[in-house]
Amino acid sequence: MDKLIYLDNAATTRTAPEVVEAMLPYFTEHYGNPSSVYGFASANKEVIAKQREIIAGVLGAKANEIYFTAGGTESDNWALTATAEAYAEKGKHIITSRIEHHAILHTCAYLEKRGYEVTYLDVDENGLVDPAAVEAAIRPDTILISIMFANNEIGTIEPIAEIGKIARAHGVLFHTDAVQAFAHVPINVDECNIDMLSASGHKLNGPKGIGFLYIRKGVKIRSFIHGGAQERKRRAGTENVPGIVGLGKAVELAAASMKERMDRETEIRDYLISRIGKEIPYCRLNGDRTKRLPNNVNFSFRFIEGESLLIMLDMKGICASSGSACTSGSLDPSHVLLAIGLPHEIAHGSLRMTLDEEMTKEDVDYVVDNLKEIVAQLRSMSPLYEDFVKKQEKNQ
Amino acid sequence: MYTEKVMDHFQHPRNVGEIENASGVGTVGNAKCGDIMRIYLDIDEDQIIRDVKFKTFGCGAAVATSSMATELVKGKSVQEAMEVTNKAVMEALDGLPPVKVHCSLLAEEAIHAALWDYAEKNGIKIEGLEKPKSDIHEGEEEEEEEY
Ligand SMILES: Cc1ncc(COP(=O)(O)O)c(C=O)c1O
Repeated sequence: MDKLIYLDNAATTRTAPEVVEAMLPYFTEHYGNPSSVYGFASANKEVIAKQREIIAGVLGAKANEIYFTAGGTESDNWALTATAEAYAEKGKHIITSRIEHHAILHTCAYLEKRGYEVTYLDVDENGLVDPAAVEAAIRPDTILISIMFANNEIGTIEPIAEIGKIARAHGVLFHTDAVQAFAHVPINVDECNIDMLSASGHKLNGPKGIGFLYIRKGVKIRSFIHGGAQERKRRAGTENVPGIVGLGKAVELAAASMKERMDRETEIRDYLISRIGKEIPYCRLNGDRTKRLPNNVNFSFRFIEGESLLIMLDMKGICASSGSACTSGSLDPSHVLLAIGLPHEIAHGSLRMTLDEEMTKEDVDYVVDNLKEIVAQLRSMSPLYEDFVKKQEKNQ
Repeated sequence: MYTEKVMDHFQHPRNVGEIENASGVGTVGNAKCGDIMRIYLDIDEDQIIRDVKFKTFGCGAAVATSSMATELVKGKSVQEAMEVTNKAVMEALDGLPPVKVHCSLLAEEAIHAALWDYAEKNGIKIEGLEKPKSDIHEGEEEEEEEY
């Protein structure tokens, strides 16, 4: 099978060749430790500063508000645990949503075991957090609100500007996990009143294992990794220079092409959504129809299970993902799909396709043509479908 | 992740379908956990399984174990079919990943449920056969505490 259609860009992306090229000299030529005194190495300090500026520029932030980390998970962990500690005297209450990534949810569970209280806000059937519910959940002891910019499974873009306004009005810190959104859709930290923002390189055609946390100047935050004086003493450890250079390059490229990429991906996304919606019966689009990442398509197909769907698609050279239990390593399907109110058996039959700007209409046609056949084939062997058909016949 | 045999039975499942007026039908598992298996048996007067069909909602392993289980009981006597255990199904498939072992249990359970239905309908007793549990997942696999 030569054909490969990669529809899992929310899991990770291809590192852009320009990014790899930009990184390479920092392994073999400019390998010096940025903290060293001699010019050969200390030049790398300026290289890092340059990347910080590029990233800050895209967010409307200042360069000294960008802290490099080892990726989205670390940024999320840091934002939550370190603010929790730094603001413990004010209170121990945190507000988040039920559909956050596990990097947030499991960190919240960790804090709960240590005396913090967490309010997990419900979302509506499209995965939207209600800003009024955020406001209603704020208490005198609330120290942090953390709501993701866009959801990694269903692509819903949250009302971040409204939530930021509420957080600011109540004097509560606001963190957003923008791992799926940064450099994919425009984000301005001042316009949205964002105090902290997590992002990751490998979701935007950059390298894996590098990301950053934006921390607004004035936010009290403890250091998370203790050691040397790197990252203004807040995140110790010799800098991942090649990674930082790669991240900077990826952000630069992504920001420069964002507008066209969004238009192009949105067009392809909508074509994919409309073909599936029209041609495959008993399916449901998960996530908001319009407040949606340009590259995200997520459908549930009734009566079938996601893992078998993925294996069959794989045999056709199509790479996608599912929120089914069998693909999550637990017995429960995705917490996001359950939070938007899907019954278990429908959540098991979900399929996420996250595209990139290289996807063409012909690719979409190939995917939908195969998907139609596979869904029909799996339904023909599904006892749930059999029961459904028999019930329908009876009712006629 | 899966052996060649599992992939073969997943891609080319044997005995998919329904049997009208089957001698016994058994459905096990639940949609909540993501797998349901239904097995139809056609059993003659000599208690030989003449035909068997299945339908399964579930992952690749669930489909493959159902398919293999039907192959293993086809043509056997009711008593011989009782010897088709989950281990036998797994071995015939050259093994399953540890997280998928429950699928093979489900396949055994589905055969037993269909045999139970047959025994009930005909007022006979099959040695060693117990009333099937409706949900084999209950109490299984408590998640490990971390933190
Ligand atoms: C919303 C969200 N947050 C956090 C992460 C974790 O990022 P990383 O893989 O860089 O640790 C991901 C990636 O899966 C994500 O989608």
